[in-house]
Amino acid sequence: MSTYRVRGKGRVDASKPIVFTFDGKPYTGLKGDTVASALLSHGVHLMGRSFKYHRPRGAIAAGSEEPNALIGTRRSAGRFEPNTRATVQEIWEGLETNSQNKFPSLKWDVGAVNDAAYMMFSAGFYYKTFMWPRSFWDKVYEPFIRAAAGLGVSPTEHDPDTYASRNLYCDLLIVGAGPAGIAAAREAAGKGLSVVLVDENAEMGGSILSEPQAKIEGKTSWDWLSDELADLKAAGVKLMTRTTAIGYYHENLIALVEKLTDHLPTLPADTPRERMWRVRAKQVVLAQGALEKPLVFHGNDRPGVMLAGSAQTYLHRYGVKVGNSPVVVTSHDSAWYAAFDLQDAGAYVQAIVDTRAQVRQDLQAEARSRGIPVKLSHTVTATGGRLRVNNVRVNPLSGTNVGAGQWIKCDALLMSGGWTPSLHLFSHTKGSLAWDDDLTTFLPKDTPEDCVITGASRGLWGTEAALRDGATRVGEALAKLGVEATATEYTVADDRTGSGVMMRELPTDRSPGKAKAFVDYQNDVTAKDLRLAVREGMRSIEHVKRYTTNGMATDQGKMSNINGLNIAADALGKKQPQVGLTTFRPPYTPTTFGAFAGYHRGEHFEVVRKTQIDAWAETQGAVFEPVGQWRRARYFPKAGETMDQAVTRECAATRASVGIFDASTLGKIEVVGPDAAEFVNRMYTNPFLKLAPGKCRYGLLLGDDGFIRDDGVIARVDENRFHVTTTTGGAARVLNMMEDYLQTEWPDLNVWLTSTTEQWSTVALNGPNAAKLLAPFVEGIELTEEAFPHMSCVNCTVAGYPARLWRVSFTGEVGFEINVAAPYGRDLWEKLWEAGQQYDITPYGTETMHVLRAEKGYIIVGQDTDGTVTPADAGMDWAVGKKKDDFVGMRGLKRPDLVAENRKQLVGLLTEDNSWLEEGAQIVFDPKQPVPMTMRGHVTSSYNQGTTGRPIALAVIEGGHSKMGETVYIPMPDRTIAAKITGTVFYDPENSRLKI
Amino acid sequence: MIQIHCPYCGETLPELEFAYAGEAHIDRPESPSAQTDEEWAEFLFMRQNVKGPHFERWRHLHGCGRFFNAVRNTITDRFYITYKAGEPRPDLATLLEEDNK
Repeated sequence: MSTYRVRGKGRVDASKPIVFTFDGKPYTGLKGDTVASALLSHGVHLMGRSFKYHRPRGAIAAGSEEPNALIGTRRSAGRFEPNTRATVQEIWEGLETNSQNKFPSLKWDVGAVNDAAYMMFSAGFYYKTFMWPRSFWDKVYEPFIRAAAGLGVSPTEHDPDTYASRNLYCDLLIVGAGPAGIAAAREAAGKGLSVVLVDENAEMGGSILSEPQAKIEGKTSWDWLSDELADLKAAGVKLMTRTTAIGYYHENLIALVEKLTDHLPTLPADTPRERMWRVRAKQVVLAQGALEKPLVFHGNDRPGVMLAGSAQTYLHRYGVKVGNSPVVVTSHDSAWYAAFDLQDAGAYVQAIVDTRAQVRQDLQAEARSRGIPVKLSHTVTATGGRLRVNNVRVNPLSGTNVGAGQWIKCDALLMSGGWTPSLHLFSHTKGSLAWDDDLTTFLPKDTPEDCVITGASRGLWGTEAALRDGATRVGEALAKLGVEATATEYTVADDRTGSGVMMRELPTDRSPGKAKAFVDYQNDVTAKDLRLAVREGMRSIEHVKRYTTNGMATDQGKMSNINGLNIAADALGKKQPQVGLTTFRPPYTPTTFGAFAGYHRGEHFEVVRKTQIDAWAETQGAVFEPVGQWRRARYFPKAGETMDQAVTRECAATRASVGIFDASTLGKIEVVGPDAAEFVNRMYTNPFLKLAPGKCRYGLLLGDDGFIRDDGVIARVDENRFHVTTTTGGAARVLNMMEDYLQTEWPDLNVWLTSTTEQWSTVALNGPNAAKLLAPFVEGIELTEEAFPHMSCVNCTVAGYPARLWRVSFTGEVGFEINVAAPYGRDLWEKLWEAGQQYDITPYGTETMHVLRAEKGYIIVGQDTDGTVTPADAGMDWAVGKKKDDFVGMRGLKRPDLVAENRKQLVGLLTEDNSWLEEGAQIVFDPKQPVPMTMRGHVTSSYNQGTTGRPIALAVIEGGHSKMGETVYIPMPDRTIAAKITGTVFYDPENSRLKI
Repeated sequence: MIQIHCPYCGETLPELEFAYAGEAHIDRPESPSAQTDEEWAEFLFMRQNVKGPHFERWRHLHGCGRFFNAVRNTITDRFYITYKAGEPRPDLATLLEEDNK
């Protein structure tokens, strides 16, 4: 038996010892222990170092609100988690845990020098200390901040665990399985409702687990609890333990994180580590209870200083005495019971120090009967002990005067500043709070959500009150669900109720400027910091918070917010409600990235769209690139080829004979209906009304602001049917835009729009031998210049498959695009591939496609245009119908800025020294001007591997169209490159190669 | 996550199915070419940017695909009403009054 374990106490299993390690040293705990309770059972209070000052710290609480006892937990490589609260982590055989923020060891820590330099790290120190000299920033300050920043260390390996997510719809969700939550569940159970009761702890029961003395309905509280939970389960209530409600979102959507394996010694197969539940509940009951407030005094952070209620929990739930000779300091009745219970468990309570002059007679009598010295109207002004509290300085109070101090030896100091209702989830609902002067705390008021709040969360105290309130308040939710509530009246004997007063910093006889009286333990914020922030001009609580970082740590100010507010309000000379509370935000407790990511990781992070031909490209060793969500073959390297070499070869082969390209990713929209031509004519700049069936036309799509949005070839399949293509990445956007105009501006047009992108496989053949290769496969049309000229389309049969065959070119060569039903794409491709061997057919990817089109000056929307380019800017006025009444963007093109002189216009660039330009490089007219230079445009496309024998580039340049032949300059870090402005067509300007 | 009632489907469904589509009741002029530069700029760019009840458009993108109108409070995200495109703009005072009941 460990030294501090109390035989016969607690809910741990004394017959099941478990060995785990802390900082490499093995410790034995019992089944049911947390790391904190097991360490405390060995008298180990020192569990970590604080973030800023590296002060020694121990567990101050027993639950998820713990700010100090943060540890790293390790199961195996990759299964390491920093900043785990030792008060929550259950032990299992072989668990490895480590303390944080220490070097070289927890007991001897170099960083503790920060503690001595306390004055330097006061409120706002980030803003003050590192201001000057400026030259220190790179070499001294930033490395120092980076080394000191961050809580714990990050895992270095890939997380091998899996995380799940689920949706759940229910009638009633109850958050918190303490007395109020259980009573609420009882009212709702067995009434045909789907009811879910969740609790973040391993066991349900809340405060009942720490109050075995109470008798509920004639049973011991623990018997009552197990009977009640069994009944609820039998009645169909879904009970979820180790499940934290981390956030309350709009319309009763609550996120739950269920921890499934962190408490298990061996991982079950195929079980996720955590499961995120998105619960949409018709009604919600919040029964999150209350959190105990620390008292604020010099040395209130020494290991061994702990919340009195938590000491109770360690005793009753885990059978652990947190000390043999504790002192209790309090301003609330509840801590007196901690003193009594510890005394009864064999400890010698050295004193109960209460700041109040008047305390209930029955409490004083109980203390007397146990021989515990009582000091009313006393304050605590200091504690002593290096790594563990070993004495406490107690001073009498008379009015505001603090008398002479007296040191009392102790091995633990239990404090209570009263209780703060837990309003986190209630605040997530945008619920309003009301200040209660009697309880000196905020209480819940109204919420826009379908939710009620009950029990200690609304300031009630004692098991009976919580039970009755839970049973009553749930009635409101049940009524809305159409169920009558009974509001069971519970009777509890040996219930513990009480009251107290609110304290700011405890009165002291010491200089308040030197006091290290902590308010936020995790961020090392003291009362002095808060007052300094107010003195330095912070007026809003939100500013005080950010300047001091009070409440900004991973515990979200569960302990510090109210104490911080009380002190800031006092410094500001205002009442608390006038100062206001900072906003609570989800998640309630730190949550793993895994839980949020769920299944969306690795290959499942985003959808990868693949064409029918993708697998063929893979077998050919293609290098892929993402385009939108598509995976496209970028180039097909032969053994030992670089990208440049491969692309040069692919370009040359296509121009010399024939290249084959997978164009299936192009967006495709089928526009059908009696008004289809009218619709396409209104959407696109080009005239489409007179386009004959069997013909294709290039189309430019503008926004109503006149700027280019998309482009593509549009085929009129028949009188009332158009096959519209869009850019690969723009398909969804274009369809949305078309739907918008069709549904809301022109609902009179009789047109249907259908996305057909994935219905077609599109194989493009380009090159002088394309027609020769394709002709034997085609039935229904002769591939001659006369029968099937450039920009024609036809429904025919290709390789036995029904096809939409187009004669179009994005390369400047004779080109065909063969559209067949998607599943036939691979077979068609392979047949062409086989037959193409006699022509040295070459597959090419997007990179070669880019080069070939750039040589012809064909733009890529989104690369050569950026949302501020008009057709005229792009040199494509020819694509704008001059006789049209209206099209989207027509009026926009006449806006003053769009017809202004000196717009940036698309031109070609040829460097004087034949060097390659960086895409995105800025262009200037005068390279000798002082920096910053006036930038006149930028390079939009630039290639080195083409068939023109020299690098080419496209660029947008101010007034570029009237500057042909002029020289511009591209300043780069190492030199300035001169380039001549040219037209955008670098290859075959006569389009002679488009002829069969 | 808010839930939105699609007036075409008649179902109240999670926000993820919908896409926001800007302020409602801005009609594209019948003959844009007749618009002055000021009028056209007003149509293209000027929006209410309301703090409070806002007339706006949504599209049931992953459902029926229809655009519809809604009145949503931009502070609370509360939807007072959704209605089909082309239906008249509801009276705000009446809506708020009904909502208060």
